[in-house]
Amino acid sequence: MAKIELKNVKKSYGAVDVIKGIDLTIEKGEFMVFVGPSGCGKSTLLRLVSGLEDITTGDMLFDGERVNDILPSERGIAMVFQSYALYPHMKVYDNMAFGMKLAKSSKEEIDKRVREAAKLLQIEHLLDRLPKQLSGGQRQRVAIGRAITRDPRVFLFDEPLSNLDAALRVQTRLEIAKLHHQMGNVTMIYVTHDQVEAMTLADRIAVLRDGRLEQVGTPTELYERPNSLFVAGFIGSPKMNFLTGPFAAAHGCETLGIRSEHVVLGEDQPWAGEVLHVEDLGSDHFLFIELGASEPLICRRPGKTDIALGTKVKVGPHPDHLHRFDKDGKPLR
Amino acid sequence: MSRRTPFWTVMFYLGVALIVLIAVFPFYYAVMTSFETGTAIFSPNILPEMFSLDNYASVMNGRNFIRSVGNSVLIAGVTVVCALFLAVTASYALARVRFRGRGLLLMTILAVSMFPQIAVLSGLYELIKLFGIYNTPFALMLSYTIFTLPFTVWVLTTFMRDLPVEIEEAAIVDGATPWIIITQVFMPLLWPALVTTGLLAFIGAWNEFLFALTFTISETERTVPVAIALLSGASVQEIPWGPIMAASVIVTVPLIILVLIFQRKIVAGLTAGGVKG
Repeated sequence: MAKIELKNVKKSYGAVDVIKGIDLTIEKGEFMVFVGPSGCGKSTLLRLVSGLEDITTGDMLFDGERVNDILPSERGIAMVFQSYALYPHMKVYDNMAFGMKLAKSSKEEIDKRVREAAKLLQIEHLLDRLPKQLSGGQRQRVAIGRAITRDPRVFLFDEPLSNLDAALRVQTRLEIAKLHHQMGNVTMIYVTHDQVEAMTLADRIAVLRDGRLEQVGTPTELYERPNSLFVAGFIGSPKMNFLTGPFAAAHGCETLGIRSEHVVLGEDQPWAGEVLHVEDLGSDHFLFIELGASEPLICRRPGKTDIALGTKVKVGPHPDHLHRFDKDGKPLR
Repeated sequence: MSRRTPFWTVMFYLGVALIVLIAVFPFYYAVMTSFETGTAIFSPNILPEMFSLDNYASVMNGRNFIRSVGNSVLIAGVTVVCALFLAVTASYALARVRFRGRGLLLMTILAVSMFPQIAVLSGLYELIKLFGIYNTPFALMLSYTIFTLPFTVWVLTTFMRDLPVEIEEAAIVDGATPWIIITQVFMPLLWPALVTTGLLAFIGAWNEFLFALTFTISETERTVPVAIALLSGASVQEIPWGPIMAASVIVTVPLIILVLIFQRKIVAGLTAGGVKG
């Protein structure tokens, strides 16, 4: 339950600047997701918050108190790692109790908290096992349990789902979301490169690129009003369609962005094309339409497809949902 | 691997038998000789001509043999403990702490072990005189630790580097100091490496001869190898082969037992389960 403020935070390794000045406020109880392509500095930023890395310049405040020089263990944080990072030689119970033991809490207190956390995550039956006797999903739950036991002000997640298979990832994602609801006012920071995780979990998303903040906002804001070509392309699946040249010029911009669900088929539409490929997902389907642009246009339509490969179609953008960008990739509104 | 023909299977086991024979024969001969007395010792034979425990009795009743064994156990034991303690702490720093000149330091440590014992003997002797520990067990503990450390540090540094960084970071977040990380998190994971290096350090200290001969003078301070070498017969001309062999067997058996015990403990894959894999 901490408000976290980053003020012009920079991090460099020797001559290499990894974080190039970030100003960000994370509110109490907020679920903030850092997202971006690999190498954008999102994990480094999380490690700066955790205290595992030192801040080169700038200030980091927890509830108004400067924590730049405070040890990770004294910041009131707990961290869940991608690789789980359980202590292999300790049973699940001891893994979860280790932090409190080091903090010299009483035995009863430790026992109470470990069992509460285990109950919350439904891992009570695993307490006497060693990490190597657990499956990947169970291990990650234990890692989350270890974080809960510490009763931190801030939860930090560093790509916690990346090592899990697809089905388990969805399930664990749901549990993390549930956890955030149940625990009420706990601030959580979550790092991922997967924009679906970001969209589904976040109260607010911070998109990073090259050590800078590209845009911060709610998932809806980022989806509907991206602040740059980069964010527009990064958020949303399938990727936003980008058209340049005459297609864009007709709308008075350098690049025209259209979400796949805003591509309209119809005889009165301006662009002629041919259906290259159809992906049928059951609930809806994607048409890949060759327009003579650099990439085929993706059109998302509900239900089953009734259009065969090679069909000539006419398409156009929904006029209310145009994303127009100038030559610097900035939006024209 | 494809199936071998019977011919090659036979050849394979013949090869194995030959290697085992060459490796074990000297020790077998020592054991056999230790049970023989008088002229039987000097006639070459494959099977023992006689069986007597006289040699063992004479060794055990020798003035200071038991005392020498005690010295050896004490010195080798303390050497192992000191070497492991210093090596574990040093290798944590060398493997995990970023500091200037780390590579150079590692190379220097390795370089120390390149000097032959005889080259540093006189220097070490001066050092021991300076500390005033000549003819005490401390002289040998010191010199053995010095000579064991480069190897121990290198092996443990390699192992320590392979431990996942996340486990250490998780411990830091949990509030562990470097000392707690070393003792409560890393040591249990390094157990196989500790056993291996500790055992080798023990064997090295147990068998060492040159320093033991040089840095001790009185019979009560001797270690076993020196005591065996200086066993004397009834006259100056007689070399007491029987008792020497008996004594050798007595000091070798504990080592074999130690290796057999710990070999079971040297299991790989102890870190399995901590991180993905």
